[in-house]
Amino acid sequence: MDSNIVVAEHAQAAHRAVRHHFESAEQQRDASTVGMWVFLVTEIMFFGGLFLAYFAYRHAYPTAFASASNKTDLWIGAANTTVLICSSLTMALAVHCAATSKRMLLVVFLCLTLVLGSVFLGVKGYQYHDKWVHHEIPGQNFHCEGCADATHTPLFFSLYFGMTGLHATHMIVGVGILLVLIFQSWQGRFDAAWHTPIENFGLYWHFVDIIWIFLFPLLYLIDRSGKGLS
Amino acid sequence: MAAHDAHGHSEVGAHTQEAHIVPKRVYFLVFIALIILTWVTALVSRIDMGPWNIFVALFIAIIKASLVVFFFMHVWYGTRLTKMIVASGLFWLILLLFITMADLWTRNWMGVPGR
Amino acid sequence: MITAPPPVEVEKNYINAEHGLKSWLLTQDHKLIALLYLISVTAFFFIGGLFAVFIRLQLATPTGAMFDSNTYNKVFTMHGIIMVFFFLIPSIPATLGNFLIPLMVGAKDLAFPRINLLSWYIYIAGGLFTLWVLFNGGVDTGWTFYTPFSSSYSNGYVIAAGLGIFINGFSSILTGLNFIVTIHRMRAPGLTWFRLPLFVWAHYATSVIMILGTPVIAVTLFLLVLERGLHIGFFDPAYGGDPVLFQHLFWFYSHPAVYIMILPSMGVVSEVISTFCSKKPFGYTFIAFSSVAIAVFGFLVWGHHLFVSSQSVYAGMVFSVLSYIVAIPSAIKVFNWTATMYKGSVRLTTPMLYSLGFIGLFTIGGLTGLFLACLGMDVHLTDTYFVIAHFHYVMVGGAIMGYLAGVHFWWPKMFGRMYPEGWSKLSAVIIFVGFNLTFFPQFILGYMGMPRRYAAYPAEFQVLNVLSSAGASILGLGYLIPFVYLIWSLKYGKPAGPNPWGATGLEWQTASPPPTENFEITPVVTTEAYEYSTEEVVHVG
Repeated sequence: MDSNIVVAEHAQAAHRAVRHHFESAEQQRDASTVGMWVFLVTEIMFFGGLFLAYFAYRHAYPTAFASASNKTDLWIGAANTTVLICSSLTMALAVHCAATSKRMLLVVFLCLTLVLGSVFLGVKGYQYHDKWVHHEIPGQNFHCEGCADATHTPLFFSLYFGMTGLHATHMIVGVGILLVLIFQSWQGRFDAAWHTPIENFGLYWHFVDIIWIFLFPLLYLIDRSGKGLS
Repeated sequence: MAAHDAHGHSEVGAHTQEAHIVPKRVYFLVFIALIILTWVTALVSRIDMGPWNIFVALFIAIIKASLVVFFFMHVWYGTRLTKMIVASGLFWLILLLFITMADLWTRNWMGVPGR
Repeated sequence: MITAPPPVEVEKNYINAEHGLKSWLLTQDHKLIALLYLISVTAFFFIGGLFAVFIRLQLATPTGAMFDSNTYNKVFTMHGIIMVFFFLIPSIPATLGNFLIPLMVGAKDLAFPRINLLSWYIYIAGGLFTLWVLFNGGVDTGWTFYTPFSSSYSNGYVIAAGLGIFINGFSSILTGLNFIVTIHRMRAPGLTWFRLPLFVWAHYATSVIMILGTPVIAVTLFLLVLERGLHIGFFDPAYGGDPVLFQHLFWFYSHPAVYIMILPSMGVVSEVISTFCSKKPFGYTFIAFSSVAIAVFGFLVWGHHLFVSSQSVYAGMVFSVLSYIVAIPSAIKVFNWTATMYKGSVRLTTPMLYSLGFIGLFTIGGLTGLFLACLGMDVHLTDTYFVIAHFHYVMVGGAIMGYLAGVHFWWPKMFGRMYPEGWSKLSAVIIFVGFNLTFFPQFILGYMGMPRRYAAYPAEFQVLNVLSSAGASILGLGYLIPFVYLIWSLKYGKPAGPNPWGATGLEWQTASPPPTENFEITPVVTTEAYEYSTEEVVHVG
């Protein structure tokens, strides 16, 4: 492969060039969209293992899960979900702006997404800290005040930290990528003809949002009426 | 599943990225629905429905996720291949969950401790 | 007969297009990346093989000649980890698949060349990590990492080994992703799905498994690391967990992973048999769809590894029946290959010998798999040498035979040189004999009740064990011979033309070795695959 020539092409036409092995810009764009979706399928299966563990243990130890879930803060959780959904909206609008070549609005919406994502992570950090203070982290001097079924309660918190932790890791990676994209958008790298990175990042961000849409009811909303199980 | 998958669209050229532009109105409507459903699910969880709470919660979550997938992620407007990839991802997730849960559901049927 | 190699006019091809270490390490050409993989995969094969040598030496005497039990545990664990994750899984897809899929679909490269290079670096990183574990005391859990032993009791470097495999998983995912997108979106004009070579179909099915299975083992190892490292419990009963859940998650990937190993070999064999019978494969669509069927059904049977765990008996029954169903697409392939050879003018070249070996050994491996899929029978045979023999018939007799068939078949294409036919046929025969001598006695040992993973055994098992160790030394010799003559052929082999075997398929239409861009002009396909009667297969233009 004649990388010199390709490098030169890149220098000249920056990102816009259709890479040498594609027949057309359409084929290139289509390939990266398909690739992104295939990647997201791997992410579905990656989180799938955790969801399986969740359902298995919730099925086996309903009481432990019900009482442990009540240790989470429903309203903070709901508020944080709202924040994340807002960030999904701003991201969708950012893609829209990229597709209509509105550079400034694109930067603004990406920045908003960044801010909302950071707020979400901040609240998550606060909640983790709260759990630390109350000794509700498994393996670290675990102690759950008033929890039924003390043997299996730690499993809920293991899953809580496993699932939200993996989700937060994805968010942190997303925030990192966002910083780069904001910089590149500011430089005017994206327009209607080519904004594949923005589009693919949008897919990633929405996917992370979807994971949270499931985590919220599964972790925060078990037996909130207080009489079903226990 | 024919050759035109690969090269049939080349003449569409540089304007193709504009093909999938979704009106902003759709985004806002989806957003409002998502916010409403979030608070509905939070409030509904406080009503005691016995074993049905989890089904209601998951049902609402699935609606929300579908809205995001179809509109924010443009699958509604996407190619058949994209839909197929999404569907196969979900299908395999269901395989993983249901087949394993089938073990857990039937483990106590024998009435022998530990089986 | 030593003849000086005839002077070859130096044409520009992918190997000599650029020079220097940098041109290799930063290449984005799928063919060079395939060679990088070929070298590294071979290295891991010999490291894994070294551990196999240790195992067979240890088992030559009933009391164990070399190691104590602890060391022996580490030896078979490292053999398993290296062979499964660092040789068998990347073997055919990352080398032959990487090299051939763009050529076979008439593309200039895979869809994402940079990701392709990245996948090699990830593979190397994961591999080095695992080797580091090896030099620092190893792991003793077996390649299966069953909890709670792995998470709470083992003294080995479980976390590091788990991370090595976790990292390596991404390389597998990226390779699969690249193949899927390439096969969907990069096919040459006129190359419809049902004109694709069966090798491509097999790799498509393999990629589907890589994409859907690998993330599950990744998350499983992640949870294992959390449990071992931070005592955040998931599986250990001491933390309230369920070890059987670990086995479910582990085998959800690791059973389909067997099909990651065997499907590409089946693709190779389909190509080789068709070529050396100069016939269209009998039942092309059946072979193509049976690959996809194996990929799908392969995901429904993992519970047969859990028959003697506390898995529900009812789930066990269903898994048992489903496991039988996988035999159907596998059998379809064997019948179709056999039917292809029927009344064909069979040429017994080296790749063909390996393919014939594949069919026989895979059939034995597959049928003994049915013994193990049988719920009642498995209770007797589980964790015995019968299981070892079964999966070595599939993985070594199947996957490695297919790999060697493929390497010998496409070697002239990859390097433009022929290897010595006499030596290569001899080594094919030596491998076949050595293999059977190594592993057939293990069926009997297992049936007699010798358990796997023990460093010592009762004296009455010695004769069969010595036979097995003797076979292993023949097998080892068989693997060394190709290593020597293939390297020799790089410099001294007879130049091969573009199509030394008279095969169809786009990869044979371009020069050997191919130019960097694969084809001077994007080919247009106008005929079905494997049209041996048609004079002009491809109209360039």
